Amino acid sequence: MDISFILIQLLNGLQYGLLLFLVASGLTLVFGIMGIINLAHGSFYMVGAYLAFSLSAMTGSLLLAVLLGVVLSVVLGIVLERLLFRHLYQRDHLYQVLLTYGLILVFEELRSIIWGDDVHGVAIPALLNFSLPLTDTLSYPVYRLAISGVCLALALGMYVLIQKTRLGMMIRAGASNREMVQSLGINIKLIYTLVFALGVALAAFAGMIAAPVSSVFPNMGAQVLIICFVVVVIGGIGSVRGALLAAILIGMADTFGKVLVPEFAGMTIYVLMALVLLWRPEGLFKRA
Amino acid sequence: MSETLLRADGLHTYYGASHVLRGVDFEVAKGETIGLMGRNGMGKTTLIRSMLGLVRPRQGRVSVRGEDMTDAPPHSIARRGIAYVPEGRGIFPNLSVRENLVMAARPGVDGRRDWDFERVVATFPRLGERLGHGGGQLSGGEQQMLTIGRALMTNPDLLILDEATEGLAPLIAREIWSIIKTIRASGIATVIVDKNYGAVMSLANRCVVLVKGRVVFSGSAAELSSNPEVMHRYLSL
Repeated sequence: MDISFILIQLLNGLQYGLLLFLVASGLTLVFGIMGIINLAHGSFYMVGAYLAFSLSAMTGSLLLAVLLGVVLSVVLGIVLERLLFRHLYQRDHLYQVLLTYGLILVFEELRSIIWGDDVHGVAIPALLNFSLPLTDTLSYPVYRLAISGVCLALALGMYVLIQKTRLGMMIRAGASNREMVQSLGINIKLIYTLVFALGVALAAFAGMIAAPVSSVFPNMGAQVLIICFVVVVIGGIGSVRGALLAAILIGMADTFGKVLVPEFAGMTIYVLMALVLLWRPEGLFKRA
Repeated sequence: MSETLLRADGLHTYYGASHVLRGVDFEVAKGETIGLMGRNGMGKTTLIRSMLGLVRPRQGRVSVRGEDMTDAPPHSIARRGIAYVPEGRGIFPNLSVRENLVMAARPGVDGRRDWDFERVVATFPRLGERLGHGGGQLSGGEQQMLTIGRALMTNPDLLILDEATEGLAPLIAREIWSIIKTIRASGIATVIVDKNYGAVMSLANRCVVLVKGRVVFSGSAAELSSNPEVMHRYLSL
C-alpha cells in the first residue's frame, strides 16, 4: 500500500464524511433546538437527489438544478414545518416517531409515482469531469474534490452563522430556554421555521451534489438516515461541531474499513460508535 | 393621568384544575413603580405570566398601551416595550455573557436607544469583567445582573422584576436594589415582586396585595403601612 493510495482513501473518506455532515447537521440542529427526532430527514436527501436528476435533465446544467433545487427544498421545509412539525414540539417522542416515519412512507410513495422505481444517473458537470493524476496509474476525480470543498465552505458558513451572528445566538438561546427568548421579544416560531428549512435544504443539497457519484435510487434516504443517526450520537446530540468531527470519523472508518478489513466493512462504523460511547456516553461534544 | 402601559381586566387563570387568578384587575402607568405583594402561592407570578402571554387566562383581557393583547404571542407583547426578569433568572447558560446581552439588543418602542451594550457594561462593571464567561459560570448575583442588563438591552418602558434578590447575599442584594433605583429614576416603569417588603414599599408609588388570586389592597405605601389588617393578616408584618 503506497502513499498515493492512502491519500486517495483519505480524500474519499473526507468527501464521504463531509457529505454525511451536511445531512447530519440538520438532524442534530432540529433535535437539539426543537427536540424533534426526525426520521424523515433522510427523505430530504433523497428528494434532493431526485430533484437534481429531474432539474438537470430539464435545464441541462447541474449548477442550475442545484440552485433551483435549494430554493424548492427551502420551500418544502417551510411548508412541512408550518403544516406538520410545528404541532410536534410540545408532544412526546412517540408522536414524533409516528409522524416522521409516516412521512418516509409518503415520500417513498410520491417518489415511486413521480419518478418510478428505476435507478437513475446524473452526469458530472463537464467543467469538473476530469481527474488529477497522482502517479502514472492513479488519479483522483476533481468532482469529488469539489464536493469536499463545497461542504467545507458550508461547514464554515454554519459555524459563523451559529457561533458569530445574532441569529445564531438566538438559535442557541432557543435551545436552552424557549420561553425566555420569547419574553425578550424574539419570534421563536420564526426561528424554528428557519432552522427547520435550513436543515431540509442542507440534506437536500447533499443529495443533489452526491447524485453524480452515488446515482439516484429508491430508498436512498434510509441508508443515509441510519448513518446520520450514528454521526449525531457519536458527535453528541445537538452539537454541530460534534457532528462535523463524528461525520469525518465515520467517513474515514467506513472508507478504510472497506479497504483494510473488507469482511467486516459493514460493522466498522458501529464498532466505532460503541467505542466512542464506552469512552464518552454523551458523545464527543456535550449538547451545546 | 399618564398613559397606561399595561392593563389587566378581570383575569381568571387556571393551572389544570386549580383556579389561581380569580378576577384580577391590574394597571401600570408610564414611569410608575408598583410593588406586587402577597405570600407565596397567592398568584403574583401567575398574574405576571398571564399578562406577558406566557400563560393564557381563561377569562379577562390584557392590553398594552390600550391595544388588546389577550391572545397575542409573548414576543409581540415584549416588543411593545415590556421586559421581564423572571424568578430563577432565565439566563442562557450556553451563551457567553456578551452573547446574552447582544442577542437581546433592540431599540425601544419609539426608536429609543438609551441602553446599549456599553451602557449596560458600565452599569454592571462585574459583567464587563466576565464578558467571555459562559452564562452558567456566573455567581447568583452576577446572573441576576445579567438578566437585568439583558432586559435593559431591549430598551423597555416597563421592567417586571420577579424575586430579583431572592437567594442573594445581603451585600449583593443591596447592589441590586441600588440598580433598581437607578432604573426607576431613569423613567422606566417597574413592577417589583420581592420578599423584602420594606425595600419594595420604600420604592413603590403603589402597592398591590394579592391574596388567593384576588387583589385585596391597592394603594400607596403610606396607606398600606396604616392598614394593620392587610399588613398583618396578608403579609405577616
